[in-house]
Amino acid sequence: MLNYDIVIIGGGPAGLAAAISAKKHGVEHILVLERDKELGGILNQCIHNGFGLHTFQEELTGPEYAGRFMEQLVEEKIEYKLNTMVLGITKNKIVTAMNREEGMIEIQAKAVILAMGCRERSRGALNIPGHRPAGIYSAGTAQRLVNMEGYMPGREVVILGSGDIGLIMARRMTLEGAKVKVVAELLPYSGGLKRNIVQCLDDFGIPLKLSHTVVDIDGKERVKGITLAQVDENRRPIPGTEEYYPCDTLLLSCGLIPENELSRELGVEISPVTSGPLVNECLETNIEGVFACGNVLHVHDLVDFVSQEADAAGKHAAEYVLHGKRISGSDIPITVTEGVRYTVPKTINPTRMDEKHTVRFRVGDVYKNCYISVYLDEERIIHKKRPVVAPGEMEEVVLSKEQLMAYTELSQITVKIEEA
Amino acid sequence: MEKRELICIGCPMGCPLSVELDQGEVVSVRGNTCKRGEIYARKEVTNPTRIVTSTVVVEGGKLAAVSVKTREDIPKEKIFECMKALKGVKVQAPVHMGDVIVKNVADTGVDVIATKSVGSLS
Repeated sequence: MLNYDIVIIGGGPAGLAAAISAKKHGVEHILVLERDKELGGILNQCIHNGFGLHTFQEELTGPEYAGRFMEQLVEEKIEYKLNTMVLGITKNKIVTAMNREEGMIEIQAKAVILAMGCRERSRGALNIPGHRPAGIYSAGTAQRLVNMEGYMPGREVVILGSGDIGLIMARRMTLEGAKVKVVAELLPYSGGLKRNIVQCLDDFGIPLKLSHTVVDIDGKERVKGITLAQVDENRRPIPGTEEYYPCDTLLLSCGLIPENELSRELGVEISPVTSGPLVNECLETNIEGVFACGNVLHVHDLVDFVSQEADAAGKHAAEYVLHGKRISGSDIPITVTEGVRYTVPKTINPTRMDEKHTVRFRVGDVYKNCYISVYLDEERIIHKKRPVVAPGEMEEVVLSKEQLMAYTELSQITVKIEEA
Repeated sequence: MEKRELICIGCPMGCPLSVELDQGEVVSVRGNTCKRGEIYARKEVTNPTRIVTSTVVVEGGKLAAVSVKTREDIPKEKIFECMKALKGVKVQAPVHMGDVIVKNVADTGVDVIATKSVGSLS
């Protein structure tokens, strides 16, 4: 059996940043396991620019952003295995993986960092009626085909879902000569960044239809067209609003789901809201010495935040390996109400935490001119005015150790949206 | 006085900008939270530009394609001309990130560069 201090599952942005951070915090024997043939994860197919403004103060493409971290990985002489699929992790932190060269391998780790990312919601999970012809892709699959494999999925395209990947693919397919007829969005607002609506749809005159969904797919062998309909406030199609769009391709960009098959089998507690592990402020799961970061923990809008979070996970995993578990103080739960769907972390231990801690969360609806508030039991300590918050964009509040420690009998922290 | 409402694409915040123009001259920019917003607004109403990203074919490389971008932003109306210029371009591996793939693309004075390194086969 191989022995490593930290084994990291996934060589995407989260895994790379976690590995580099763990090394910088003093752990020598680190191994990154990646199932694809290169490091970098999904950034390799995100050839558009707009990454890294927070981290590098300049605009990079996905491969460039990943490249910076890969360079650091090489500089730090961190080991990694490509084309390697992890099959299981035990509570004793034995990782079972396989690849073509070594066959089945078992690795004993002292700590494990989960960084497996997420996957797109599939047609099967969306319950779209109609036949099952060729020509239906998730937007990310189409992105990989166009940007990495050199195939064009189709010529006349309808996109369902206005998340960032859908918007980016609307532009990409147009640049490659396809006709994108419409982007339909079930919700009354887009799930993507505003800048992407401008530079991916408006720039090319692609219409965005809010409160619309696909109610029928036409075509048996290959998609021949789709029917869109408007939906009411309960997201039910309104009869009489159907419109037929001839097309040969339907791209689905309908949400991302953290990929936690390995975590579930390991017994990691999963949040029903995020579909990612429930973690404390060290980003440690309920299984001691198993940490999580990146899109496997919760779906991020910006990779910069993934890198920051992974940096913290790497640091805490390193501390765990070097000093063991610190158990002084108690974990205070963070409760969410009124518009806030979840927070990461779920608990925070004031004794153990750093001087400052960033709590990230998403809201459940669009709120204008509101306040983001944080309460320590009954006392309001943060009251931050925001002109607009939306589910598509991650929000954050920063808690300070000093503030939490000053509150001796603290039993819960509450994060909520308050109307102005 | 002409007024135009824009959304800044300078960063993910997407600030709503309002620009006042007098006979094509920018008089004021409001709504931006940083310098980037003002620069974008001034450019967008006078000479809108964009970075263009795409891929070109690699021969003899570990990967079939390499991702590329215009080193700087180019005029918006040149986007499709730029794409056309990239059609059929083939490069020999190895390619290094930052290598110039097409010089002065579509007569914009801007080069197209590789955004990824691709090693040679064997």
